[in-house]
Amino acid sequence: MAEPLLRLEGVGKSFGPVTVLEDINLDIAQGEVLGILGENGAGKSTLLKIISGIYTPSAGRIHIGGSAFDALDPISARRLGVAMIPQEFNLVATLKVYENVFLGQELRRSSFLDHARMREQTRALLESLDVHLDPNQTIERLSVAQKQMVEVARVLVNDARIVILDEPTTVLTSHETAVLFRVVKALVDKGVTVLFISHKLREVKALCDRLLILRDGRQVEHCAVASMNEEDMARKMVGRELAQIFPDKPTDGAPRGTPALAVRGLCVEGVLHDIDFDVHRGEILGLAGLVGAGRTEIAETIMGLRRKSAGDLLIDGEPVTFKSPRDAHARGLAYLSEDRQGKGLQLSFNVMQNVTDLSLARYVRGLIRHGLERKRAEEYQSRLSIKAAHLAAPVGLLSGGNQQKVYFAKLLDIEPDILLLDEPTRGIDISAKQQIYRLIRELTAQGKAVVVISSELEEIIGLADRALVIRQGRVAATLEGDDINEERIMLYAAGAWEADTERRADNARSQGARP
Amino acid sequence: MNPLPQRTTPLAQRFRRLPWNAAILAPLAALILLFVVSSFASEYFLNTRNLSNVLRQVSYTGIIAIGMTFVIIAGGIDLSVGSMVALVGVAVLYVLNTITDPLQAVILAMLAAVVGGALLGLFNGLLVTRGRIAAFVVTLATMSIFRSLALYFTDAAEVTTRNPLFSEVGGGFVLGIPIPVWTFFLLAIVSHVLLFHTAFGRHVCAVGANAQVARYSGIRVERVVLSAFLIAGVCVGLSAIMLTSRLNSVSPSDAGYFYELDAIAAVVIGGTALSGGRGTVWGTVIGALILGIINNMLNLTGVSPYLQGLVKGAVILLAVLLQYKRTP
Repeated sequence: MAEPLLRLEGVGKSFGPVTVLEDINLDIAQGEVLGILGENGAGKSTLLKIISGIYTPSAGRIHIGGSAFDALDPISARRLGVAMIPQEFNLVATLKVYENVFLGQELRRSSFLDHARMREQTRALLESLDVHLDPNQTIERLSVAQKQMVEVARVLVNDARIVILDEPTTVLTSHETAVLFRVVKALVDKGVTVLFISHKLREVKALCDRLLILRDGRQVEHCAVASMNEEDMARKMVGRELAQIFPDKPTDGAPRGTPALAVRGLCVEGVLHDIDFDVHRGEILGLAGLVGAGRTEIAETIMGLRRKSAGDLLIDGEPVTFKSPRDAHARGLAYLSEDRQGKGLQLSFNVMQNVTDLSLARYVRGLIRHGLERKRAEEYQSRLSIKAAHLAAPVGLLSGGNQQKVYFAKLLDIEPDILLLDEPTRGIDISAKQQIYRLIRELTAQGKAVVVISSELEEIIGLADRALVIRQGRVAATLEGDDINEERIMLYAAGAWEADTERRADNARSQGARP
Repeated sequence: MNPLPQRTTPLAQRFRRLPWNAAILAPLAALILLFVVSSFASEYFLNTRNLSNVLRQVSYTGIIAIGMTFVIIAGGIDLSVGSMVALVGVAVLYVLNTITDPLQAVILAMLAAVVGGALLGLFNGLLVTRGRIAAFVVTLATMSIFRSLALYFTDAAEVTTRNPLFSEVGGGFVLGIPIPVWTFFLLAIVSHVLLFHTAFGRHVCAVGANAQVARYSGIRVERVVLSAFLIAGVCVGLSAIMLTSRLNSVSPSDAGYFYELDAIAAVVIGGTALSGGRGTVWGTVIGALILGIINNMLNLTGVSPYLQGLVKGAVILLAVLLQYKRTP
């Protein structure tokens, strides 16, 4: 192997007496993709911050392109070609694509900005990545996936040699992930080295050449990806047998009787068309589909957050109308938003205040009974194993998984009969996921009806008793039993109907071409 | 849910659970320091008469600052409170001078002040919620409108009253303490309970911290914001009663002039985040006291009145600087 582009030698990091990273040794050549796996808190972020010069390592040396360093700072790291694409993008929403790509290093002609050249170079750069995006588009009008591409283009303008992608697929659909993978391959073809951080084993398996697994701040594996299968990776990552991530599905057949929630002909002008479905008590209904297919809109319309243009809701067979989530809560419905930080939790509030956010009225006897709030929060803390130093600390300081558990506690505290869970495990680590899957199954075992909206196919397949595939605001298919598989879901989600018509059109063309 | 058995918590533990943090302790420490320094700086400072006067002065803007605290925590701001004092004051004097029976006149005038303040606050609130205009812009406009109306109704002339009872309201004492001071402190206690111990108070914080989350949690965001402006209006009404009855008159051009800035300053010094979402009433009370004592000390020590604004400005900057230091 040629001289590695990046080599770490016994790198470690402690904060005071706490060691968060210990003795990391890795090497990676130019044009390689290194997958970095680990649960939340395993030390991935710390490692990235050391490589990108944000943290000073307390031990070890870093070699980049043949020169050795005891520590980097952000500026010299950037000069050495290290670039990080963070989970939260650093783009200026009101500026255009090309303005963001060249932000801070604008091209000039004499002392004025050279818009034409920046636009042209951006266009060329995006084309070289095989991304179709108008350089003149304003950032705020782009999808998450498109914004990510802008970040990638920006990194290339900097002549980056080592690009760090921090959990880039968390916010992407399967289709968008495929596009991202193509872009990563294009980067590699340009000779760029990519560090790819992910929770998703399958993605690492598909994309990466080599692999680094971290657990509790230690390196437990550093090898070629080809030498390991997904089960091995999961085991090394978690450090124990993951018997099964998903709990068993009940086998006693489909529930019958009056559905807990029935949706009939639900329409929202221009967004949803004639949505029909039932959820029974004890059942998990999956809503699959691409991002933007209208799944979140279905949940929000049910909750009274959007105005429906037609259709009916029936709870236990009784027609209901919700003008606001307050009405829905009163009828035993609770909604977990996909946007935990923007719509779900008050990050500046503490655990207790968040837990009682929906159910506060139950704690008021004249005045709020703070002691009862604390007591209740402590119960959830042990029941859902929420790791929080202080119940009085702001929820924003907790890890993603623990925040999500607090969010679940908030919903459970109104004792809902029907739960609408939108991306219930977004951005949380494997063991927290497993706990949440168990919890969801427990809830249905208690006779609650659950709707799970998810962009992760595994989640729909592993969890749902029945699944609807939503495409462009319509129910494209209802799947049951073994039909809930990747192929089927993708077929309907991405538009089997269009595939059919294309095939027909192709047939017609080839028939027409025949003499 | 089954009601849980009430635990008795040891006092020491309860004490530790109180929201003791820098946001409260810093202003409190500053107040104590200021008090000690002032008592050395001037021999007159600790004079009962002087202290009573300082407290009286503080209470006029302090009452308004309490209302302002609700608006700011809910994520808004109210620039119109100063002009509102003048307009409500004019209304008070109008009622006093129209009704002949003195007692009846005083009661109705006070009622008019509270109701009038509430209505003006409601007007602001409706423009913010229903009109969907930024609170800063709405109250910037109504600040101009209210002052203009006060001037128009009086032809810009000072209005006085000969009502023999009215001056007792703002000038009187109970247990040796001026009535405005009683009003200020009682209002502070009631407001603290409202903000910290009721669902409404929690909702005010929620709306200011993240209105989107609040909406998704089924909180009636508009109603909460509206109520905050209403509370601010009622506080202005109370302050206007105290102020006009102290002087037995109202000057439409001077009354409440720059009160909005003093009120906002008190709220900010008290550690309430100007971005909304968190804050305390008694922080605001401390903030108002700090401003009052500084004013008094500058007067007693003979510092040029032209420099008083400078000191006030410096204190505000210092308070905010300390707040940013805590949340990097």
